[in-house]
Amino acid sequence: MEAFLLQFFIFLTAAAISVPIAKKLGLGSVLGYLIAGIIIGPFGASLIHDIEEIMHFTEFGVVMMLFLVGLELKPSLLWQLKTPILGFGGTQVIVTSAIITAVSLLFLPWQQALAIGLILSLSSTAIVLQTLQEKGKMKTEAGQSVFAVLLFQDLAVIPMLAIIPLLATLAVLGGDHHSSVLVDISVLPNYMQVIVTLAAIMLVLVLGKYACRPVFRAIAKTGVREIFVAAALSLVIGTSLLMMTVGLSPALGAFLAGVVLADSEFRHELESDIEPFKGLLLGIFFISIGASLNFTLISNNIALILGLTLALITIKWLVLITIGLVFRISPKERPLFAIALAQGGEFAFVLFQLTKSSGVLPIDIIEPLISAVAISMFLAPILFVLHDKMNKDDLDTQNDIEEDVIDKSDHKVILAGFGRLGTDIGRFLLSAGIKPTILDYDANNVEVLRKLGFEVYYGDATRLDLLESAGAANAEILIISFSDIVLVKHLVELTKKHYPHLKIVLNAKDRESTFEFMDLGVTDIYSATFGTALNMGESAIKQLGMDPYEVHRLKQIFRKKDAEILPELYKKRCEEDSYISLYKKHHAQLEEVMKLDNNENLAALDKAWTAKNPEL
Amino acid sequence: MKKVLVNFAHPAKSRSKVNKALLKAVTGLEGVTVNDLYANYPDFMIDIEREKQLCEAHDIIIFQHPFYWYSSPAIVKEWMDLVLEHGWAYGSNGKALTGKVILQALSTGGDGSSYQADGYNQFTLKELTFPLQATAKLCGLIWLPPFAVTGVHRGLGTEKTNEYALDYKQTITALRDTLINLEEAKQLERLNTNLNQLIQEH
Repeated sequence: MEAFLLQFFIFLTAAAISVPIAKKLGLGSVLGYLIAGIIIGPFGASLIHDIEEIMHFTEFGVVMMLFLVGLELKPSLLWQLKTPILGFGGTQVIVTSAIITAVSLLFLPWQQALAIGLILSLSSTAIVLQTLQEKGKMKTEAGQSVFAVLLFQDLAVIPMLAIIPLLATLAVLGGDHHSSVLVDISVLPNYMQVIVTLAAIMLVLVLGKYACRPVFRAIAKTGVREIFVAAALSLVIGTSLLMMTVGLSPALGAFLAGVVLADSEFRHELESDIEPFKGLLLGIFFISIGASLNFTLISNNIALILGLTLALITIKWLVLITIGLVFRISPKERPLFAIALAQGGEFAFVLFQLTKSSGVLPIDIIEPLISAVAISMFLAPILFVLHDKMNKDDLDTQNDIEEDVIDKSDHKVILAGFGRLGTDIGRFLLSAGIKPTILDYDANNVEVLRKLGFEVYYGDATRLDLLESAGAANAEILIISFSDIVLVKHLVELTKKHYPHLKIVLNAKDRESTFEFMDLGVTDIYSATFGTALNMGESAIKQLGMDPYEVHRLKQIFRKKDAEILPELYKKRCEEDSYISLYKKHHAQLEEVMKLDNNENLAALDKAWTAKNPEL
Repeated sequence: MKKVLVNFAHPAKSRSKVNKALLKAVTGLEGVTVNDLYANYPDFMIDIEREKQLCEAHDIIIFQHPFYWYSSPAIVKEWMDLVLEHGWAYGSNGKALTGKVILQALSTGGDGSSYQADGYNQFTLKELTFPLQATAKLCGLIWLPPFAVTGVHRGLGTEKTNEYALDYKQTITALRDTLINLEEAKQLERLNTNLNQLIQEH
């Protein structure tokens, strides 16, 4: 227990120290983790051991990341991406494999060459996605293309796992056959294996579509947050277990589960619950990659390994640049696309392990290759940094162009609270073509509204992580429609602190709370009842026989005067002695407001049109 | 019998005397529809379809309003901007208004003599209403000179006001009953310069 805690402590501390430093230096968190790994690894301070085991365990972070990526991708969007996935991805894997195989053929028999070609065609989903997300490049053309290729690679791992053992030419050493802890389906006849595999995928899709939501809804109603987290985690882990049982990639299973749930109201809640686990596991995974760099081996074969690394990056880069040309990725985005994917991937570790255990490749070929892959992964974030440095000049103009094409449906408004007030605000925004991200904490409410076709998500808007996954960092405006002053104040403070760029529009239920929001620096404060009061008053006065247009004008003038007097009342309140009771204050203000408008408004109307010709 | 539409526009109706008296004189007449623009559209959200249907259902369209700044109150301009659509009011397919009669019923602060080349306002009322004349031409409407109540600035007095109201009623009924020679009327400076001569008794 103590030993475990100590290891855990070392990992976390190394991350906590190195990542902030790396970010400060503009290197990105991935590089920070990798360096931390080198420092605490066997060739640094030698503080950790069992690295391979830790790497296996923390690989699960990749699974979680793909679940999160799936959550971001609605099925419709995935369908849109089918051409880049098959086109870019297919071409990249096939061409890269072919070239690397051809080069290897100069030195090795074809079985070994093919295995190496296949394995090295893969790139690092973990490093690339993490880095692109950090740089906010996921939505760019290059980002989308990169993602499409990575997705195809993740799919390609499955047939690779099947093909590689068939290439065996050596005697199997350990006999470490892949076997599941639950059920071993390899004892079944072939056609049954296919059926079971397909059934497992169907199960994930059907359960995700129909069973998850009622379950999450029931859990949400209990209001116990950690149970929701537990359910979310067991969903991801369960899916992965099922996939591993039938011999598929758990990452793919988690990705599918994510896609199925992308349309559900729990999307943002799930995102914010899984995110920290993913981050932590991936962090430790990157650290263990850093730690696994075998410097003795590298220094003994420095020329060979550096040559392999260089060849790997160059071949991949050339293939990618060509794909960019052939598939007409715009010239500005092409360098990023090529550089992003020019490295080996974490699946290479897994697959090389497989080649070892199934007797495809001898150990003395595997080891330098693994080192080359690890170094290329280590270089990947550095290449990103170099790419950024080289393109810094035209960054500004690029941003300007992007700004223009952002379409209105790109969520730029977060609407917190979807009660009666929120519903009307939401309907109004939608009528203007603005699609807000809506958050509401009432699971029943969310269910009904979704049936009516609103895009509503379940979750507590006053939680920082939920705000984050609702896109607060990129949003422009936060509208708060619920009126519980404690909650609203909490949300306002949170927003002012973490998202100072967000403009806030909110509803205050009375003058006192209006003043409290003014204390917090909010300027767009509205009363849910004020507009209705004026409309009802207008209707009543009209029915008494007053000219409709004059009533309308009176209403406008009243509204304006009421807004104008607010700062004065606020000032007065601030100057007032603090021992005046709230009650007294309220009445003093009421008097002030009521005295205001007596005959002034009518006089203002008189002046407007009739000053010189009262009878006209 | 022709049908008459009175599009009435006064932003402060309750303070008006002349316009109210005029309006009262024609309200409820057979074949005459009064359409109070400010009362119907206090927020300026003019119902274009309704206005178009009203125009189509009538033969004579009158805009009755005070003469603000040598023009009309704001809602009349808004009405023109929104209702007179291409393809309906004008353009090669815009024939909805062709052959209908259009005129203004104005009340001015200055008296008649101020609307002269050498007067206080430098131009005649007929000249100052050229924009409507041009609009009428574009829409195939028959334009008539304005029915004008002048000199309101000094106060008209009840008697004079009633006289104008009666004239207004007489003019509108005569237009309704086609008792006015339109060609002759077009030549006049104002429609109500010499009503008795203009209106031919049958």
